[in-house]
Amino acid sequence: MVDVQGLVNELVSKLRRRKVEGSRATARLTAELLRSVISQSKLPPTNQPAALIDAVRDVGEKLIAANPIELAVGNIVRRVLHIIREEDHSNTRDAVEGFRLSVGGDNDYIVEQDHLNLSVAAQSSLCRPSLHALLERSPDSATTYFTATTEDDSEEKRKSLDPNARSLEFRRKVISAVNDLIEDINTCHLVIAELAVEHIHHNEVILTFGRSRTVKEFLCAAKEKKRSFGLFVAEGAPKYQGHLLAKELAARGLQTTVITDSAVFAMISRVNMVIVGVHAVMANGGVIGPVGLNMVALAARKHAVPFVVVTGTHKLCPLYPNNPEVSLNEMRSPSEVLSFEEFSDCMDYRIGTGAPQLHVGNPSFDYVPPELVSLFITDIGGYYPSYMYRLIADYYSSDDLVIQQKPAS
Amino acid sequence: MEARRASRTVSDPKVRHVGFFTPDPNPQPGWNPLASDPPVSNSLSPVIIPPPRQPADRTAAVPVPETGVRRQTGADQVPVGSYNPSESLLGSSPVPSSPSSRVGLAGGEFSEESNGWFRRSDSGKFASSLPDTMVERAPENSASAAPVLESKKSVEATGKGGKAVVEEQNEVQSSSKPLKAKTTKAERRALQEAQRAAKASGKEGNKSAAVSQGAAPVKPVKQPSQKKDGPPVSVSVSVSVVSFDKKGGDRPPEKERKKDVPAPRMQFDDKSRVQKAKKHAVVKQTEARNRVELFRHLPQYEHGTQLPDLESKFFQLDPVHPAIYKVGLQYLAGDISGGNARCIAMLQAFKEAIEDYSTPQEKTLARDLTAKISSYVSFFIECRPLSIGMGNAIRFLKTRISDLPLTLSESEAKAALCSDIEHFINEKIILADKVIVRHAVTKIRDGDVLLAYGSSCVVEMILLYAHEMGKQFRVVVVDSRPKLEGQALLRRLVAKGLSCTYSHINALSYIMHEVTKVFLGAASVLSNGTVYSRVGTASVAMVANAFHVPVLICCEAYKFHERVQLDSICFNELGDPDAIAKVSGRTDVNYLNNWANKENLQLLNLMYDATPSDYISMIVTDYGMIPPTSVPVIVREYRRDHVFI
Repeated sequence: MVDVQGLVNELVSKLRRRKVEGSRATARLTAELLRSVISQSKLPPTNQPAALIDAVRDVGEKLIAANPIELAVGNIVRRVLHIIREEDHSNTRDAVEGFRLSVGGDNDYIVEQDHLNLSVAAQSSLCRPSLHALLERSPDSATTYFTATTEDDSEEKRKSLDPNARSLEFRRKVISAVNDLIEDINTCHLVIAELAVEHIHHNEVILTFGRSRTVKEFLCAAKEKKRSFGLFVAEGAPKYQGHLLAKELAARGLQTTVITDSAVFAMISRVNMVIVGVHAVMANGGVIGPVGLNMVALAARKHAVPFVVVTGTHKLCPLYPNNPEVSLNEMRSPSEVLSFEEFSDCMDYRIGTGAPQLHVGNPSFDYVPPELVSLFITDIGGYYPSYMYRLIADYYSSDDLVIQQKPAS
Repeated sequence: MEARRASRTVSDPKVRHVGFFTPDPNPQPGWNPLASDPPVSNSLSPVIIPPPRQPADRTAAVPVPETGVRRQTGADQVPVGSYNPSESLLGSSPVPSSPSSRVGLAGGEFSEESNGWFRRSDSGKFASSLPDTMVERAPENSASAAPVLESKKSVEATGKGGKAVVEEQNEVQSSSKPLKAKTTKAERRALQEAQRAAKASGKEGNKSAAVSQGAAPVKPVKQPSQKKDGPPVSVSVSVSVVSFDKKGGDRPPEKERKKDVPAPRMQFDDKSRVQKAKKHAVVKQTEARNRVELFRHLPQYEHGTQLPDLESKFFQLDPVHPAIYKVGLQYLAGDISGGNARCIAMLQAFKEAIEDYSTPQEKTLARDLTAKISSYVSFFIECRPLSIGMGNAIRFLKTRISDLPLTLSESEAKAALCSDIEHFINEKIILADKVIVRHAVTKIRDGDVLLAYGSSCVVEMILLYAHEMGKQFRVVVVDSRPKLEGQALLRRLVAKGLSCTYSHINALSYIMHEVTKVFLGAASVLSNGTVYSRVGTASVAMVANAFHVPVLICCEAYKFHERVQLDSICFNELGDPDAIAKVSGRTDVNYLNNWANKENLQLLNLMYDATPSDYISMIVTDYGMIPPTSVPVIVREYRRDHVFI
C-alpha cells in the first residue's frame, strides 16, 4: 500500500511539473499505475467492486487534479472504472445465468422476474456505491429463493468459492482487462496505420501539423505500401515538433517539405488532405490539438480540403467542452516566444500602474469545433464527428463522467 | 490630342456615378477640405474619392517648390489638413470649369464652354510659349482665384443660390436641373464635333488653342495661379505640356490597352530564358539544392553567398551607379525591408543616378536614360525581386522619362525628373501614409483591442497616432516565424507607452476572442480585391473573419495593381530556407541542422500570400476607405492619375 502511494505521488508530481506530456505517455503511465493500485489495494471480503471503484477513483482524482488539462488521464481512470463495473456486472450476470441454467427455464415468469431483479440491482449498484449492499443482498435473496426452490449443487459450489476465490478471480479479470487497455494504448497506432492505404492514394499531397506518432506511423504505412505522395509539414511553433517529424519522415523516404505555420493558408490550396494527430477528442466531436490547429482547420474548410484526425480511443474524452479555448487550455512560458534577454525591460511591472505593459500569450492548445473535422480515423474504424458520443457510451459508464464526487466531504 | 481629352471629359460623369463614395452629384468633394474645418468634413464623409482631375492641371500643378510647400503643410497640420491642402492644390483647378460647364450651358453657349475645356488644358502650353502673358496674368489670378473658391464654398453651402453666383461670374443665364442633363448631352456632342475638328486641323491645334485663350476669362485663371510661385515653373510646365502632347497623340485606344497589360513575369522553369538572363546577370546566384517542386517557376537560390562576391566587385562595376549598387546590396542583405522603405530607397538611388547622369554623344537622353534605368532595375531584381509598388514607381519614372520633351536641355530634364521623383515619394508614399492614418484613426474607439500582424509601417503610424490622440486601446501584436518582425514593432510600441499583447500566429484563435479590429498592411492590392501581403496575413484575416472581427487593410494607392491572382503560388517570393531550420533564441530546437544533406527534405520559406477579398471588410487607402470590390476603380483612376502626375 505504501508502495502504491509512493507510485501515485511520483506520477502526480510528474504530471504537475509537466514532466510527462503527450496523451499516449500519460495514458500508459496512468493505466499502469491504476493496475498496480488494483492489484495491491486491500479489499474487504464483501462488496469488493465498490471498494475497488472507490480506491481507483481516489487515485484518479489526485492524478486529474495534478494536470486537469491532460484529458487522457481522466479518460484512462474512467476506462478502468468502467472495466471494474463491467467485470462486476458480468460476475453478477454469471451468477444469475448459473441460476437460470439450473432452473432450466421451466418457470418463465421467475426468470423474467429474475432479470428484472438483476437489472434493478445492477443499476442501483452502478448509481450509488452506498447502496451497494443492496446489490449484494438482492442476488443473495434471489439465491436463497432459488436454493429454496431448486436445491442445486452448483449453488453450493459457488457459495464455497465466494469469499476468496471469487475476489481473486474478480481482481484477475480486472487486471487482465487493464492489461488489454495498456496493450491497446501501445499498439493503437499500428492498427490505425493499417487503415492508411484506404485513405491515401498515389500522388497525393498531404499536410500535417505538429508531431504525432500516430500520424507518422500512418504516413509511413502508406509509404510502405508503395504509395508515393508529397508531404507538407507545418512546423508548429512554439514547440517546433514539425521539424522533428519532418526529419523522421524524410529519413523514412517520404518527400517532405517544411513550411512555416503562417504559410499554411498559402499552401493548402494545393493540398489534397490534412491529416493531424490531436491531444483529445471531445464528446461532441470537437478536437483539442496543438495550438494553431484551428487555423489549419479553417484554411482546410475554406479550400474544401478534408481535415482528417487520426486518434487512438484513449484520447476519446466523455466530456462536452464548454469554452474550451480557456477552460481546457494552459499557458506556457513567454520565453518560448519572446526571449527574456531581449524583452526583460518591457516585461517589468510599470511603476505606479502596477500592470505590466506587455503581455505574452502562449497557449498550448487549440480547440477545433466538430464542424471543421471531416473524419476521425480511430483504431476501431473511421467515424464522423457526430458519432463520437456513441463511441463514448461504449467505453465509459455514465456514472464515472464526474470523477470528483466528494467535494462536499 | 483633343481626342484623348474629349473622351475623358465624356467619361467623367460615368466615373462619378461609379463613385459610390460621393452620393452628392456635385463633383467637387475635393474642396471640402479647403473649407475652414477639415476634420469635420472628413468625419462626415470619410470615404472620399477626389474627382478625376484634368491631366494638364495636374501636371501644371506640380512644380518643385510646391511639393515643398505641400510637405510643409502636411507636417504642420496634423489632422486631415495634410491631406486636404494637397487635394485642394490638385483639385482646385478643374473645379471652376466644371460647374460652369455643367451649370451654365444652355442653347448655343455650350460650344464656347466646351472650347473652354480644351483651352484650359492647353493653357499650360500657351503659357510656356508665351511666358510674358503668363506673368501679366499672375497677379490677376491670385486676385480672382479666391473669389472663385469663395463661390465654390457657397455652392456647397447654399446650393442653388451659390450656383447662381457662379452663373453670374460666368455671365450665363440659365441653370436648372432638367436642363442640365440635356446640356451635358449637348456638351458631349459638341465635344465630339470639336474633337473631330481638332483632328482635322492637326498639329496646328496649338495655335487655335492660343487663339481661343482669350475667350473665356474664368477658366484659365486657375491654371496660372498654380504656376505663379517658384522659378522652375517654366521647366515643369514645359514638361507637362509636352508630356500631354505625347499622351494626347493619335494613339488608338486598343493599342494602349494592350500596352497596359503587364508583361508576363519571368518564369524560372523556362530554361532557355533563365540561361539568357544569367549571361547578363551581375549577381551570381547559385541554385539551391533542395528545391521545392511546386515553386520551380520562382527563383530558388542559395542565400548569403552573393554578398561578399558583390562587395568585392564594387569598384569594377562600371555600368551600375554606386548609389544603385549600395541600395542593391542593402536589399540583398535584408537591411532595407518593407515595401515603402524599399521603394523610397530605390527612387532616391535613381534620383542620385539621374543627377550624375550625362547623356553620351550621339544618343538621346530619353532613350539612353530609360535603358540605364532598365539595367538598374534588372540589377535590383537580381538582388531581390521587386515589390509591386516598386514596379509601379518604375513605371511612373519611365513614363516621365519618355515624356520628356526633346527641346529640353539635359540639365533641365534632369531637374524635372528629380523633382518628379521627389514628388512621387512625397505625395504617393509619405503623404499617402498620413492620409491613411487620418482615415484609419477614425475607426479606432476607446476600449478597442486592435490586432496588428507583422510589422507594417502604416499600421504602426496609425497605432501611434491614435495613442497620441489619447484614445484608450490595447494592441495585440501577432508575429510569425521566421522573420519575427512583430518583435521590432512590439518594442517600438511599448517604448511609446502602448499596452501590448504579443503572441505567435498559432495562438490566433485564442487571442482573437478579445480582439475588436484587425489592422493589416499590404504589399499590394490586386484588382480582384486580393490582398498580397506578408505571409500569414491571409491566416490572420481568415481567423478574424471566422470570429466576426472586421479586417482593415491599410495600403497606399501606389501599391495597387491591375494584376489578378487567385492563390499564393503562381506568383510569390521565396526567402532563405535556412531561416526556417534555425529557431532564434531556442537552442533546443535543432532538428534540422543538416537539412540540405537529406535528399527528401525541403524547406520552404514563402514570403507573401494572397488574402481572398471576402475576408476583408475594408481597404483604407489614400483615396478613402473602400470595399475590396472597388479596387479596380481605384486602379483605373489612379493609373491615369499617376501617369500624368
